[in-house]
Amino acid sequence: MHDTTPLIEVNGLQTQFFTDEGVVRSVEGVDFTIPAGKTLCVVGESGSGKSVTARSILRIENPGRIVGGEILYHKDGEVIDLARIGPKTRQIRQIRGRDIAMIFQEPMSALSPVHTIGDQIVEALTLHFPISKDEAKRRAIEVLGRVGIPKAADRFGAYTFELSGGMRQRVCIAMALSCEPRLLIADEPTTALDVTTQANILDLIADLQKETGMAVMFITHDLGVVAEIADEVAVMYLGQVMERGDVDSIFHDPKHPYTRALLDSIPRLGQRGAHRLASIRGMVPHPFDRPSGCPFHTRCDSYMPGRCNRIDPPAVSFGPGREAKCLLHTKEEGVA
Amino acid sequence: MTPTKTTSDVTDSRDAGLAIPADDPPTSRRHDDRDIDRADDLPVANEDRTVLVAGQWKLIWWKFRKHKLAMLGGIITLFIYFVAVFVEILAPFPPDQYNSTYPYAPPQSLHLGQVEGEFGLYVNGYAVSFDPETLARTFVIDEEVRHPVSLFAKGAPYRLWGLIPMERHLIAPDDPSHPMYLLGADRLGRDMLSRLIHGTRISMSIGLIGVAISLFLGVLLGGISGYYGGATDNLIQRVIEFLNSIPKIPLWMGLAAAIPLSLPPLHVYFLITLILSLIGWTGLARVVRGRFFSLKTEDFVTAARLDGNSELRIIMRHMVPSFTSHIIASISLAIPSMILAETSLSFLGIGLRPPVVSWGVLLEEAQNVRSIAQAPWLFWPGAAVVVAVLAMNFLGDGLRDAADPYA
Amino acid sequence: MFAYILKRLLYTIPTLFAISIMSFIIIQLPPGDYFSVLASKMAKESDTIANTAALEAMGARYGLNEPLYVQYWKWISGIVLRGDFGQSFEYNRPVSVLLWDRLGLTFLLSFSTLIFVWAVSFPIGIYSAVRKYSIGDYLGTFIGFVGLAIPNFLMALVLMYVSFKYFGRSVGGLFSPEFVNAEWSWARLMDFLAHLWIPVIVLGTAGTAGLIRIMRANMLDEIYKPYVVTARAKGLSEIRLLFKYPVRVALNPFISTVGWVLPELVSGATITAIVLSLPTTGPLLLRSLISQDMYLAGSFIMMLSVLTVLGTLISDILLAWLDPRIRFK
Ligand SMILES: Nc1ncnc2c1ncn2[C@@H]1O[C@H](COP(=O)(O)OP(=O)(O)O)[C@@H](O)[C@H]1O
Ligand SMILES: [Mg+2]
Repeated sequence: MHDTTPLIEVNGLQTQFFTDEGVVRSVEGVDFTIPAGKTLCVVGESGSGKSVTARSILRIENPGRIVGGEILYHKDGEVIDLARIGPKTRQIRQIRGRDIAMIFQEPMSALSPVHTIGDQIVEALTLHFPISKDEAKRRAIEVLGRVGIPKAADRFGAYTFELSGGMRQRVCIAMALSCEPRLLIADEPTTALDVTTQANILDLIADLQKETGMAVMFITHDLGVVAEIADEVAVMYLGQVMERGDVDSIFHDPKHPYTRALLDSIPRLGQRGAHRLASIRGMVPHPFDRPSGCPFHTRCDSYMPGRCNRIDPPAVSFGPGREAKCLLHTKEEGVA
Repeated sequence: MTPTKTTSDVTDSRDAGLAIPADDPPTSRRHDDRDIDRADDLPVANEDRTVLVAGQWKLIWWKFRKHKLAMLGGIITLFIYFVAVFVEILAPFPPDQYNSTYPYAPPQSLHLGQVEGEFGLYVNGYAVSFDPETLARTFVIDEEVRHPVSLFAKGAPYRLWGLIPMERHLIAPDDPSHPMYLLGADRLGRDMLSRLIHGTRISMSIGLIGVAISLFLGVLLGGISGYYGGATDNLIQRVIEFLNSIPKIPLWMGLAAAIPLSLPPLHVYFLITLILSLIGWTGLARVVRGRFFSLKTEDFVTAARLDGNSELRIIMRHMVPSFTSHIIASISLAIPSMILAETSLSFLGIGLRPPVVSWGVLLEEAQNVRSIAQAPWLFWPGAAVVVAVLAMNFLGDGLRDAADPYA
Repeated sequence: MFAYILKRLLYTIPTLFAISIMSFIIIQLPPGDYFSVLASKMAKESDTIANTAALEAMGARYGLNEPLYVQYWKWISGIVLRGDFGQSFEYNRPVSVLLWDRLGLTFLLSFSTLIFVWAVSFPIGIYSAVRKYSIGDYLGTFIGFVGLAIPNFLMALVLMYVSFKYFGRSVGGLFSPEFVNAEWSWARLMDFLAHLWIPVIVLGTAGTAGLIRIMRANMLDEIYKPYVVTARAKGLSEIRLLFKYPVRVALNPFISTVGWVLPELVSGATITAIVLSLPTTGPLLLRSLISQDMYLAGSFIMMLSVLTVLGTLISDILLAWLDPRIRFK
């Protein structure tokens, strides 16, 4: 699994928002790798910086700013540091949509209300390929059909308000896939959809990945989805990757108390969803009062006073691509 | 929110429905808490709300303070209302005191120096020159003549607010027969400054009273509209749409022109105010309606209803307080348009009429190009209108931003 | 679309009815009825016998001795069926003769101003939103506030004063003297356009200020919307993105402001015309109100309102054609 070449390597990424109230450190040193053709799932509670990380890769982090770290994009043997090129340059624009495409959480508002869906897909195609309008239209209809939109040719001229949420998300996927990108970033693409539609969309993404061989960065807070589709997993909390590794070791041998807490919070059979929250005690702190030391120490069951609140835990490696940031695993304490 | 079944049959040994607590805390628990609150006696709940409201005002004040222009607007507005309250003291003369010796006398400036052997404030006198061709009289400032003036000098006696007999004026000539025209004189030799100050009271109070009436209509009709919804709402909305879809000034003109010339000035004043607010209430009604719509589904309103409070009580005790800040912001934006409307009507000669003095009435004197060419200081009331309207717009804009927690 | 137009047309009917009632009330409002005012005026003139006959004829025509609803019916049916707005006693001519020319010019002026207002506020609003908190944004906002605070008539007065004082001529009117009563021709049109800009600026400033703020707010609402991010993620350049998506979406609420901008312009045109003595409805309306020439005044008020409502109707339909969300409902 780890012999595959990396497509994207994120090292020490920091993205911040400079607001009137102060600096929001949304992403505070994130490291992970997306192998070519594989699926990386990023999990974590709301507010842990998953979306900001994803946007930083595409350099659409505005109004935030990348203040540190690198985003290495491996393109045909060449390595481009996306963190260093300006977000308005031609270079990044040629990567956006063409090499790396993205779909968003809210299919209701992610499409323009006053343009037809056909128009919005054709635009992506003609932007990146020197093809005629007719050819673009033909391809757009084809891709609409591929994402499972019935009577795609008829729907080409439809407006978004004529479509259901699930259909809109399919349109978004079609738009993202139209240029056959090497990486698809999906930011909680199923959260806003009903249960059946969610399953369909997940299957669709999995199928398309098989067909095209693209890599997927899938953001979710649903561990069930992770178990289903992930190759690699990165667990995020307050802007940091607390633990990462392949999906089996994450589920069977979690190294970080946060990962464990997440897994424990999975409801047992027969329990109602309403009781899940109690599983991890406390709330995600407000980004303005980030805890010192390990960001999770305020809610951690294995909290060691005097250490966890003082020392920034370094990343401890447990093998290739397998890391956890927890003082339980540093030398003095011995490996747990 | 999160799926519980989607993936159950897919993965290996793990249990069904794997989900992390995510964005929304489960809502059912919250409702439980609320039920418990309700089971306790109501005063507790009310106390909570007072704390909340106080916090809200503090937040608004903090946000507002950051708005420099709004602060400036607020200070100027306070100053203008201060002037409107103490008109009789601040104005050197009564508004209708004329002096046929000095028509269109130009403004003097206030000097500090030797006058009549003492050191003090003085103004220069005027010298008159006749143009032999046109026979027109023009005034020039005569540097040789110095008339002493004093602060809190005795002048024409008056009753402050119609009650307290007084005779001191903030500034006045020591000898009442000496001319003092700090902002110049009008056609009849009346002091522009005094008239401007007296006009402040009328113009600003028309704004206030007019908005009070509009507010009453707006809250009443907007409230009914937003609270009951349905057909009532539809009807009131149609009325609002109707009033908004027709040009207002011609309508105001038509109504104002019907006020009989023989009515006493005070009646005219109230009728004009009424006419302005009968057409001007729609904006406030919109705001109120919008707030009602968003509030009536809120939990605390439902709770109050379940407690058996009457609808009126719910509206007055629970809903109105929670959008007072928005109302205040809308009021401070409505007052200036009221002032502009009055000014326009009076300017046309079909609003307030002399001897009542408002900024619009004063500007009526400036209708003629020839008179303003001869006496540009007739524009002063116009400057007052612009400053007042500008200040209140800044103030209202700042308040609106501050009142909106999401801005 | 057709259903929408039909619905919109049906909505307009009660509005028009309400306008006619309102105008009728205004006609009836002044103390002492029109008939007796007319009688006393005519009594002063010499030819008493002929006038008495004329008076009686008029009394019958308007049902002046009959109940109000009959009077209303006679009045409104005359207008709708025969285009007969009644008689102006001041000019002793049918109101319709005095009405149409001036109404036409009023609307020409109002629409020109509308175009001006849009043309100016649209780019400035976009700029202010995209360069939020830049010097240009602050400047635009400040000028906008000042524009809102200066009443039309005051700006007209100041312009007149400036041009009288420094250029020694008075501005005013919509035509040079030689064209006032001429037939429409190319030269007259040019002359008209040359005179038009002063009232357009006077009239348009407040609206421009308001619309800049609206456009700015609309754009600020739109440029952070997810669909813009989607488009950016596609690789579109910022400028293409801006004009294709948020500007296009913000355009609709911007254009639909015509619903209140047009009434304001017509309203403002009334008073501006009085100050600048334009040959539009304003001065004549004021005169007729002061002399209580009520059929003339009422007709003016009614037709100004009716045309405003119709103007809004037309622009609403155009808007529906622009905006698929309305069109498809
Ligand atoms: N535009 C913004 N301005 C200020 N803070 C922001 C902005 N967008 C996101 N944040 C902050 O960044 C943090 C991470 O947000 P996000 O990446 O959306 O979390 P997630 O996707 O994991 O739920 C949050 O604390 C959020 O408040
Ligand atoms: Mg997110």
